[in-house]
Amino acid sequence: MAYSILESCVNCRACEPLCPSKAILAALPHFLIDAGKCTECEGFYADPQCASICPVEGAILDGSGAPANPPGSLTGIPPDRLQAAMAEIQAR
Amino acid sequence: MELKVPGQTTQASSGGGCSSGGCGSNGDQLAHLPEAIRDKVKNHPCYSEEAHHYYARMHVAVAPACNIQCHYCNRKYDCANESRPGVVSELLTPDQAVKKVMAVAATIPQMTVLGIAGPGDPLANPERTMETFRQLSEKAPDIKLCVSTNGLALPEQVEELSRHNIDHVTITINCVDPDVGAKIYPWIFWNNRRIKGRKAAKILIEQQQKGLEMLVAKGILVKVNSVMIPGVNDEHLKEVSRVVKAKGAFLHNVMPLIAEAGHGTFFGVMGQRGPTHGELQALQDACAGDMNMMRHCRQCRADAVGLLGEDRGAEFTLDKIEGMEIDYAAAMQMRADVHAAIEVDREAQRRQAAEIQVPLAMLQGVRETRPVLMAVATSGGGVVNQHFGHAREFLIYEASRQDVRFIGHRKVDVYCSGNDTCGAAETALQKTIRTLEGCEAVLCSRIGYEPWGLLEEAGIQPNGEHALEPIEQAVTAVYREMVEAGRLDSPAPRVSRARA
Repeated sequence: MAYSILESCVNCRACEPLCPSKAILAALPHFLIDAGKCTECEGFYADPQCASICPVEGAILDGSGAPANPPGSLTGIPPDRLQAAMAEIQAR
Repeated sequence: MELKVPGQTTQASSGGGCSSGGCGSNGDQLAHLPEAIRDKVKNHPCYSEEAHHYYARMHVAVAPACNIQCHYCNRKYDCANESRPGVVSELLTPDQAVKKVMAVAATIPQMTVLGIAGPGDPLANPERTMETFRQLSEKAPDIKLCVSTNGLALPEQVEELSRHNIDHVTITINCVDPDVGAKIYPWIFWNNRRIKGRKAAKILIEQQQKGLEMLVAKGILVKVNSVMIPGVNDEHLKEVSRVVKAKGAFLHNVMPLIAEAGHGTFFGVMGQRGPTHGELQALQDACAGDMNMMRHCRQCRADAVGLLGEDRGAEFTLDKIEGMEIDYAAAMQMRADVHAAIEVDREAQRRQAAEIQVPLAMLQGVRETRPVLMAVATSGGGVVNQHFGHAREFLIYEASRQDVRFIGHRKVDVYCSGNDTCGAAETALQKTIRTLEGCEAVLCSRIGYEPWGLLEEAGIQPNGEHALEPIEQAVTAVYREMVEAGRLDSPAPRVSRARA
């Protein structure tokens, strides 16, 4: 099983040097994880490193395809609150 | 149609320098520093209100990664119209950054300072940051190098920083109490884990304080930045100021929180307001008893280029610097000549300012009143010399019978220049008037009829009668007129809590 990175990645590079398996590619338009190399950090660290420093909710999926950092888990902003604020801005 | 002001000429004030009040006798944030420190910072535009009219700075965005999250930051945000920390348009490699710095240094000889300030945390990208510093200290030794950090990785990097000729480090310290910190920092990345809450804040605070002590022990100058967040850390920042001064920070810069829902930050979305101008000033005054306060920070982008308050970054994009051939040895000679000429000019300005010394004498015989705030439109030179409509920022002075003192500056556009595409429709003029809230007079070289009327309605008296006069002298004269007209007998206008 392997983690993966979605297009909401902002290319901040924080994950890349942390990966013990050198599975992260500084690709464009966004970073990618080489599924063949990713070990989910098993045997290296208690927590998967990329998902532990990534600042963008939803940008990294775990081996089961679920967001490693679901909405609201990093910023503390309740997802409905964020949606309402963005909808209001769109309406202007 | 404009009101003509006698004596208005094309201002040839060769670069400026602000009034003695802004930077000399009573308002100089650097006046009380030991000689050795003053020497180090006197040409640094970010540390001296006076120097920033002459010298420029630039930031290079080589450090995108961050090791903490702050509630006032959103890592997804990049808007070309935005001017505030954490925002950049183009990420550079160390090689590209070095080329850009040398291109700017050769084109803008006034550029004396290169800072790395993100858009993430420079010390969370140690290889990229240090490689940039290493190359620059070798190839462009006439440029001062600075770095700004959240402090988490600072202790482990102090040794390396001292090797690269870094003499200024800025640490952002918003709290010294983990309970306060837990309301500002949702998480940190520490020892290969994401840590949340109070525990995270406690580690961050310990690292910041340790880093501060280690830098001071090494003789590296430390400035502390704090973001003022009303109801969260505003009272607490007085304690922060005391602590960091005791540990040897040479300057404290309290900045207002920037929070808008559109930025997508926690504070923005949750409706946390920033401080009013009055609240910010009151806190800066309260902290000033303990240490040197900085009052002219412009809260620049992490890729800003040019004089404070201006951004010439668009002239130095990657494709533009690619084709530039730079003879740095020649550039360095030219830069030295320009700097020498600037120093001659500054010295002349200082002498002139010292000769004036009118203000205090002018206050004799004036009766005691409440203090009054005035805004001044100036493009430098220490004189009132800017058209109201051209001013993108105003210097704010407080006048009372005891003193005329520089309080700070207010940007008209605050931090966004995108009028049509973002935010509610508000005319530029309304925005400007709201920026001047709390002021009761505005001094400028000229002003149109329309703004004149609207300013009067807003309780702000426009005044174009002191064009080209030294700022302090003009403010003092207007204060005197206001006292004599009885305008200061009524209480100061109520300032709303609404914020730009």
